[in-house]
Amino acid sequence: MSLTQSTNKAESNTFYRANLPLGTKKILLSVILISLLFVPGWFGAATSNLVEYPATWIVPLNEWTSNGIYWLVNDFDLGLFTFKEFTRGISWLLTRPFILAEGILVSGFSFGSENVVVPPLSWMGVLLFCVLLALRIGTPGLALGVGLSLLYMAVFGLWESAMTTLASVSVAVPLGVFGGLAIGVLAHRNGVFAKILNPILDIMQTMPIFAYLVPVLFFFGFGPVAALTATIVYALPPMVRITRIALEQVPKEISEAGTMAGCTEAQMLRKVLLPSALPSLLVGVNQVIMLSLTVVIIASMIGAGGLGYDVLTALRRLSIGQGLEAGLAITLMAIVMDRFSQAAAQKSQVKRHENPRLPIWVTGWAILAALLLPTILSNWIAIFAAYPEELILSTARFWDDAVTWININLYDTLSTIKYGFLINVMLPVKQFMHSLPWSGVVLFVGALGFILSGWRLGLTVAALVFFLAMTGNWEKSMTTVYLVSVGVVLSFVLGFPVGLVAVYSERARGAILVAIDTLQTLPSFVYLIPVVMLFENGDFAALIAIVAYAIVPSIRYTEFGIRSVSKDLVEASDMMGCTRWQAFLKVKLPLAFPEIMLGVNQTIMMALSMLIITALVGTRDLGQEVLNALQKADPGRGLVAGLCVAFIAIIADRLIKASADRMRRRMSGQKSE
Amino acid sequence: MKIGRHLFVGMAAAVVSLAGTNVPAEQQKSKEPIKIARHDWSGNLVTTGIAKAILEEAGYNVELLQAEYMGMWPGLESGDIHLAVEIWSTSAGELMEASVATGQTENLGEIGLTGLDRWWYPKYVQESCPGLPDWQALNDCAELFSTPLTAPKGRLLLFPAAWGGFDDERVEALKLNYEIVRAGSEAALYAEVQSAIRRDAPILAWFYEPHWAPQRFDGDWIDLPPYSDACYDDPSWGSNPDMAYDCAKPSGPIWKVAWSGLKQSWPDAHTIISEMELNNAEIGDMIGAVDLDGRDADDVVAEWIAANEDRWRAWLP
Repeated sequence: MSLTQSTNKAESNTFYRANLPLGTKKILLSVILISLLFVPGWFGAATSNLVEYPATWIVPLNEWTSNGIYWLVNDFDLGLFTFKEFTRGISWLLTRPFILAEGILVSGFSFGSENVVVPPLSWMGVLLFCVLLALRIGTPGLALGVGLSLLYMAVFGLWESAMTTLASVSVAVPLGVFGGLAIGVLAHRNGVFAKILNPILDIMQTMPIFAYLVPVLFFFGFGPVAALTATIVYALPPMVRITRIALEQVPKEISEAGTMAGCTEAQMLRKVLLPSALPSLLVGVNQVIMLSLTVVIIASMIGAGGLGYDVLTALRRLSIGQGLEAGLAITLMAIVMDRFSQAAAQKSQVKRHENPRLPIWVTGWAILAALLLPTILSNWIAIFAAYPEELILSTARFWDDAVTWININLYDTLSTIKYGFLINVMLPVKQFMHSLPWSGVVLFVGALGFILSGWRLGLTVAALVFFLAMTGNWEKSMTTVYLVSVGVVLSFVLGFPVGLVAVYSERARGAILVAIDTLQTLPSFVYLIPVVMLFENGDFAALIAIVAYAIVPSIRYTEFGIRSVSKDLVEASDMMGCTRWQAFLKVKLPLAFPEIMLGVNQTIMMALSMLIITALVGTRDLGQEVLNALQKADPGRGLVAGLCVAFIAIIADRLIKASADRMRRRMSGQKSE
Repeated sequence: MKIGRHLFVGMAAAVVSLAGTNVPAEQQKSKEPIKIARHDWSGNLVTTGIAKAILEEAGYNVELLQAEYMGMWPGLESGDIHLAVEIWSTSAGELMEASVATGQTENLGEIGLTGLDRWWYPKYVQESCPGLPDWQALNDCAELFSTPLTAPKGRLLLFPAAWGGFDDERVEALKLNYEIVRAGSEAALYAEVQSAIRRDAPILAWFYEPHWAPQRFDGDWIDLPPYSDACYDDPSWGSNPDMAYDCAKPSGPIWKVAWSGLKQSWPDAHTIISEMELNNAEIGDMIGAVDLDGRDADDVVAEWIAANEDRWRAWLP
């Protein structure tokens, strides 16, 4: 999830431009800044309204939003048809490809009363097809991995669910990719549109899905379409951003060559810009796939079915082993699709120079036959239609026993640690956050934005903080900030050393990469239920969920940042006689700092995106507010609380980007790219 | 601008196709599916499964829609969802009454189950707190049920606030020295209970019936002063003269609710579901088969259909 570069540049503050590391100025400034936080508290009762936001000042935005949505649903008439008819029409359209995909993969088709039945694709056919395709576009290793993953789904009795999930992903992904591409191209051409688009994309990415679910249900109806819509909203933004960046990065020489060849604008786009941006665009495709699979669980809560539903039903009756098996199937599907798209990306770059062993039409037909032949046979022979039930395996018992053992034997030790951490770290931070006067926080954040970048950023972030108070969500927002900040700090404390290990040990690096890929795609609910068994409902269980998910970018960016420090500089420091430690502390670390800051940024975004999951283990933050609004079908309340989450994300993002920019500018003299 | 033109054509096509979709379709018996809301607790798989099976036997095309229990009402009112067969008066009574009052939904009567939701403790706690299950023993055992975060108060583990039930008021009215902790979801609640039972640790939690949990775990319900309307309406009633809710929750009927258009579109289905009646014992057994024995819910429902043909045939018009 990458929020865009802030467009604000430090124009104005000459005060800070003088660069005095650890100088008096810096200390003075920090003191002033921090004291801003407490100013409103100093004057006692006279300013009590500035400490605690009075209920009478709350703007009834929840109600207004709800009323607005009811008006859209019930009364808004576009002339020929009403707005609701319009959205329902879109919903109807979106359902068509979904029904088609589901027919092909899961249920088959039946025509008329004569019972003409076309069976769904045979599991064996799909397996063979994918393996052969992997062989064709990738390596034997890829084919083996693909084969084993698909076999896993069959052997563990998850085939039908996996295909249901694949059906919805296979509709969501093309819509996300082509929708994102179209919007990205428009934004590339039209600067004003791009400017308006930016904050919208930020909100789409950071607003919890449950926040806009009620309106989605109003407009698009219940059922798989609602899940599909939510998935697309979540998975589309990275594609838009990557499209824009990719188009901007097409080398001038190439586009000039296109112009000289006399391309029209459309030709230019189709034949020059998009092809040369293709490798980057494929990264976007990969992101869309990954994000679509991340929301499989949430989508299944609102009618998507498939693997996500299996995970939920298993966990509801505490069958942790079964939940884990289904959850791992989601992970495998994500990894297979990811590796496939990577192989396709590499293939597309070498395509023209390659000399295949067999002509393409031969392999093409063979691959197709592998898919269709078992499917046709499945009409008569049972083993082609479904994996035989008596051969289905399960390791669930093993996992359940393992969880029980840990539960019985490690509970006391773990809960001592838990209470120690809760009482000594988490609760004090929580109390501190709640003791801050709201107006002080507005001032502090505003001033920070001003110093880092200028008045525009300062005013923007101050206004966003004010929104939290204005809508009556202050307390829940502070609980959110507390949970997320403890989670982010902990993610970094744990993730940073792991990132370093990955830099210095090639062998460890492989294992770490597999581990973080799994953490990112395994639905967190799978490990959350055992976590609750060990740590009870509440903030500590929530913290573990946050850290398990948010640690990924802190590892990735640390590794990436330090690894990408220019070799010349490291060699130079060697020649100057630096020890390894000196080289690390004085050269690598400072130079990698901007990347690491981006890692912090991403860690915050990931932590915030876990809020809705942590609400399921009993936190009392904005995530819980969103969940409650959903359960009361209150569209305004959910949307406003969701906006609060998005705004916290945007504030953090803009401030961190601004400080990273500043640091980079300061270093630009020292660091060679 | 070729891409732009394609986009435009696509949009235009989308708009044109609307015309076709919004003509009120003749809702034939076999074609247009009847949509039944399915919620996220296990017993619901069984009850909606039975409703679906009977309607299918009667020749209808039926679709189950995963829908949020509390959040589905707009869907029922607009006809996106046609039926919900398990509305507990204990948790969604007010929502249902408000919805029926709009005239967009219709109450099709009780399904024959009785919903009970009460506080529960595992059997082994009895030894360390002999006064149970009487509620007056709760304060003596507050320390027993406490954790470092709630001490000296006891810890009472409940469902999300959205499920209602006036438990905050109840704890205050009964002057119980307990802190309410809310589990974020059903799975999280029972995970904690399971963990406590494995370790023989004391726990006090909200359970409901019919459900697999009281079947799987050996324990008892807390005896609160019995419910009466006066207890909820009249503060002077009961042990606390200044507050209402100083009694148990009402044990409530479970209702079947339909979109008001059901009767007109599928009159026979309307009759069938109105007639449909189950009982706690059989549903309890079926929940046990699904959740405790790990059997497939569809198989369990199919067995019920086979074994009770006389009963459900009588519901068909």
